[in-house]
Amino acid sequence: MKNLLILGAGTGGTIMANKMRKELPREEWNITVVDQNKTHYYQPGFLFIPFGYYTKEDVIKPKKNFLPKGVDSVFQQFERIDVENNKVLLTNGEVLNYDILIIATGTRIIPEETPGLKGELWYKNVFDFYTFEGAEALAGFFKTWKGGNLVVNIADNPIKCPVAPLEFAFYADAFFSDKGMRDKVKISYVTPLSGAFTKPKSSKLLGNLLETKNIDLVTDFFLSDVDNQKKVIKDFGGREVPFDCLVTIPLHSGDAAISNSGLGDEFGFVRADKHTLQSVVKENIFVIGDAGNYPASKAGSVAHFQSEILAENLMCYIENKPFTAKYDGHSNCYIETGYGKGVLIDFNYDTEPLPGKFPFAVIGPFPLLKESWINHYGKLLFRWIYWHILLKSRWFPISSHMTMSGKKSD
Amino acid sequence: MAQKIYAGKTVDVNEEGYFTTPSQWNREIAAEIAKEEGIVLTDQHFAIMEFLRNKFLAGETLSIRSINHSGVIDVKTFYQLFPGAPLKKATKIAGIPKPASCI
Repeated sequence: MKNLLILGAGTGGTIMANKMRKELPREEWNITVVDQNKTHYYQPGFLFIPFGYYTKEDVIKPKKNFLPKGVDSVFQQFERIDVENNKVLLTNGEVLNYDILIIATGTRIIPEETPGLKGELWYKNVFDFYTFEGAEALAGFFKTWKGGNLVVNIADNPIKCPVAPLEFAFYADAFFSDKGMRDKVKISYVTPLSGAFTKPKSSKLLGNLLETKNIDLVTDFFLSDVDNQKKVIKDFGGREVPFDCLVTIPLHSGDAAISNSGLGDEFGFVRADKHTLQSVVKENIFVIGDAGNYPASKAGSVAHFQSEILAENLMCYIENKPFTAKYDGHSNCYIETGYGKGVLIDFNYDTEPLPGKFPFAVIGPFPLLKESWINHYGKLLFRWIYWHILLKSRWFPISSHMTMSGKKSD
Repeated sequence: MAQKIYAGKTVDVNEEGYFTTPSQWNREIAAEIAKEEGIVLTDQHFAIMEFLRNKFLAGETLSIRSINHSGVIDVKTFYQLFPGAPLKKATKIAGIPKPASCI
């Protein structure tokens, strides 16, 4: 028997377990998934928790529910990958052998890396919403908050779901308007980027939205430290922004065990080929989703599109053939803009988000790079699709390659 | 595509003055671009620029965070060497494209 070992049962790992169980004959291949947590979080839902739109029940389910029959699960932390000998060492002393390894360990926030961020105001006036605990603590804070300076700050890139901080700012505007206290809340969006977003066309649209919603934009701000006494965030150049409530998107890194294994870059993201998804260190190791050092968004849609490519290339590898699939960097996200509207963007390594229709030209139904109510419903509907179709790798009508059909370029 | 003359050599630049052909760069050119930015280059400047160039040529993403891992200087010193917007200035003087986040 041969062993396919998957590290991580998040979005990427779960989809791969489902896909590969269909592809690989049971009498030849064992599939084992290792994860330290038994709970699967629907991470896009964290955005809604601080505002009271989603609760715990909306975003958590047991990981086991999504793993197919014929896949073993081991709920343990791993310490190290022994790349040389094709083994994974678990913290409880167990050793798992593999013929092929898929790394799907995701990314995590490391607020402790920024001086003062996890200081005395942590979860009192300083919150993250990239963890369930942070999002829930912030929901509690907002219930009784009387207003002041609300600062949304990204410490530095890369971060998971690069549009989520913008969505948070848009939602905060709508939320405090609904509460009749928008005049008491000054919202600032403080980013290391030189504009609201990265690529010119989307940055312009989203920058305009910030302005319309009366949200201050502070750019080129690289977070150095947080002064808990003065309640200010500082950048390395000495600039300060005062806050009464700081919503931080802390620095991100890969799994600590990746760095211990010699597979990662300086931030613990696995070095891998951005097209084939194979590790650059060892040929029987492959990487999917946030765990990789891919120059793509760290987002569920990326893991989903990569899964098609990876499944095909794994079969090539097993059959000793050259790789036939190539990941193009396709990414797709709904950006909630508040008041029941949203924007949809679709792009890849080479093409920036463009206006048009998605997924079909002319009929859409989703307009690209434009505010619309239907994009908001797309986002809400997506939670159902995620739990019922995407994780289990059922048929889904969207190609893993980006298409120019429906898009308008200059 | 625009061109500029530095230290007697014609180089290709984009509309913001960033090199589009990093191989056209040398130390004399760097010193002239630095002068435009009001910076006099020291060995420390060159050491961190070499780190940035190597990283860029290896196809890796450049970020402020990565400076702390350079083994050359920390971020605070980076800000002192290239005041204001250090990563933008340093890449311009180092003859490589302006770092773009890949999202």
